[in-house]
Amino acid sequence: MAFVNWFKRNLVVIAGLLTLAYLLLPNVIVTVFSFNKPNGRFNYEWQQFSTDAWKDPCGVAGLCGSLSLSLQIALWATLGATALGTAIAFALVRYRFRARGAINSLIFLPMAMPEVVMAASLLTLFLNMGAQLGFWTILIAHIMFCLSFVVTAVKARVMSMDPKLEQAAQDLYAGPFQTFVRVTLPIAAPGIAAGALLAFALSFDDFIITNFNAGSTVTFPMFVWGSAQRGTPVQINVVGTAMFVIAVLFVLASMAVGNRRNRRKA
Amino acid sequence: MSTLTEAPPPLTPPAPEPEKPPRKRGRWTPYWLLLPGILWLVVFFAAPMIYQASTSVQTGSLEEGYKVTWHFVTYWDALSEYWPQFLRSVAYAASATVLCLLLGYPLAYLIAFRAGRWRNLIMILVIAPFFTSFLIRTLAWKTILADGGPVVGALNTLHVLDVTGWLGWTSGDRVLATPLAVVCGLTYNFLPFMILPLYTSLERIDGRLHEAARDLYAKPSTVFRKVTFPLSMPGVVSGTLLTFIPATGDYVNASLLGSADTGMIGNVIQSQFLRVLDYPTAAALSFILMAAILAMVTLYIRKSGTEDLV
Repeated sequence: MAFVNWFKRNLVVIAGLLTLAYLLLPNVIVTVFSFNKPNGRFNYEWQQFSTDAWKDPCGVAGLCGSLSLSLQIALWATLGATALGTAIAFALVRYRFRARGAINSLIFLPMAMPEVVMAASLLTLFLNMGAQLGFWTILIAHIMFCLSFVVTAVKARVMSMDPKLEQAAQDLYAGPFQTFVRVTLPIAAPGIAAGALLAFALSFDDFIITNFNAGSTVTFPMFVWGSAQRGTPVQINVVGTAMFVIAVLFVLASMAVGNRRNRRKA
Repeated sequence: MSTLTEAPPPLTPPAPEPEKPPRKRGRWTPYWLLLPGILWLVVFFAAPMIYQASTSVQTGSLEEGYKVTWHFVTYWDALSEYWPQFLRSVAYAASATVLCLLLGYPLAYLIAFRAGRWRNLIMILVIAPFFTSFLIRTLAWKTILADGGPVVGALNTLHVLDVTGWLGWTSGDRVLATPLAVVCGLTYNFLPFMILPLYTSLERIDGRLHEAARDLYAKPSTVFRKVTFPLSMPGVVSGTLLTFIPATGDYVNASLLGSADTGMIGNVIQSQFLRVLDYPTAAALSFILMAAILAMVTLYIRKSGTEDLV
């Protein structure tokens, strides 16, 4: 009876942890299979422990090239989307002007549209213009769909900012530029950083929109897609595992920095 | 383009405007700030939609070129040929959304109310998989659901596969290449999009409301039904939209985990555009998908009575 009561009281916790396990199971599999030595082209069945793939991550033709291309695109897309998005967010929060509603809808729609619809329509435009599909069309597409997410992230932060701080700076004879660089930007920075991080992750991982607008250029997700048909090298799991570990370490480090800063303030 | 102008309300509740806008720094400043970004969205998001609308009523061929002939029959042909894929997309996406809600709610609740000092760690574990390419993680499901693997074996021993087979979700001793595998992949891929909005709205609930309900002798289940769940409605609505919309258009899960019999409308659009090169049909399909989703979302928001919440 005691057990039944305990089970009843912790039902939510048990169900939640099961969901967490469901979310993380593929990551565990990806990690385990990065140490596999597959028999044949496909790495779906466990054969034998080996660290070969970890020693030679670039040993597969095209993998590291696609990885570096994806990193470059993600970097430029992040820069572009963050710059454009931050400006829009500030304009939307800080100013009243005509067409605000229309602009809000225009920002919202790309997030509510299935990716395949956006991808297909953009391809129609590029084909009509006779554009050469490749690096630039991918970059244009990525900036387009990351933009809305940056605006949303930065807007949330700017909205919670106290305008009195900027007024105080101006009362202390700071010029508009100085106020922006010394007061506004540092306070908005966490929102901008969150938006940039989101843009980077979205761009780096995007497959559907890239698949339509890449032509014969191969980004990392497209390399993975192609290899799913031809045979998946173990190195793909190595990259997947490394990305997960780097992401966790990055978040832990940023939290540690945040904690220390909070403690210093207190 | 009436479908474009009927924008559904934003997914997140609009936060209150700052009480007093700061000094105006010039009438034109907001327009200069908006110009580059909005131009980008107009040229590469709105204009393509118009191009696509015009493509969908064109006739012609790749060799001779296409002309706008207001050939609306393309829409009819596309619908009558591909309605099974449309129905399947909606059915799969709806199943995945319901599963996401059932699976995601306990986890969001756990993070919001029961996790204590583990909260940050669990949050990281929910978000971090985002950074491993979702294609790699979806491929991992091929290993998990493999024929003769432990999962299929367990489901077989528990006679679950008999039931799902009878329902038409699986066939024989297989899970891979069946609707169940596709829905499993969709649920998995969009689960974080359900958990995060749920968590945000649960976290905003004042814990004292729970205490008050308990003081008034409400059973835990009553507290949940009368207090917690109604107050989390904004999260439920935006979470279901964030999972349902992308899941309907997805073709990755259906390609990697499904078979020819589980093709979704995204698969059709992708192959019409990139392999068959029948642009008018592809554009018409993509327009029907967009219109259908906007109609369903509008109806859903009306029905759920949260127009002012979302």
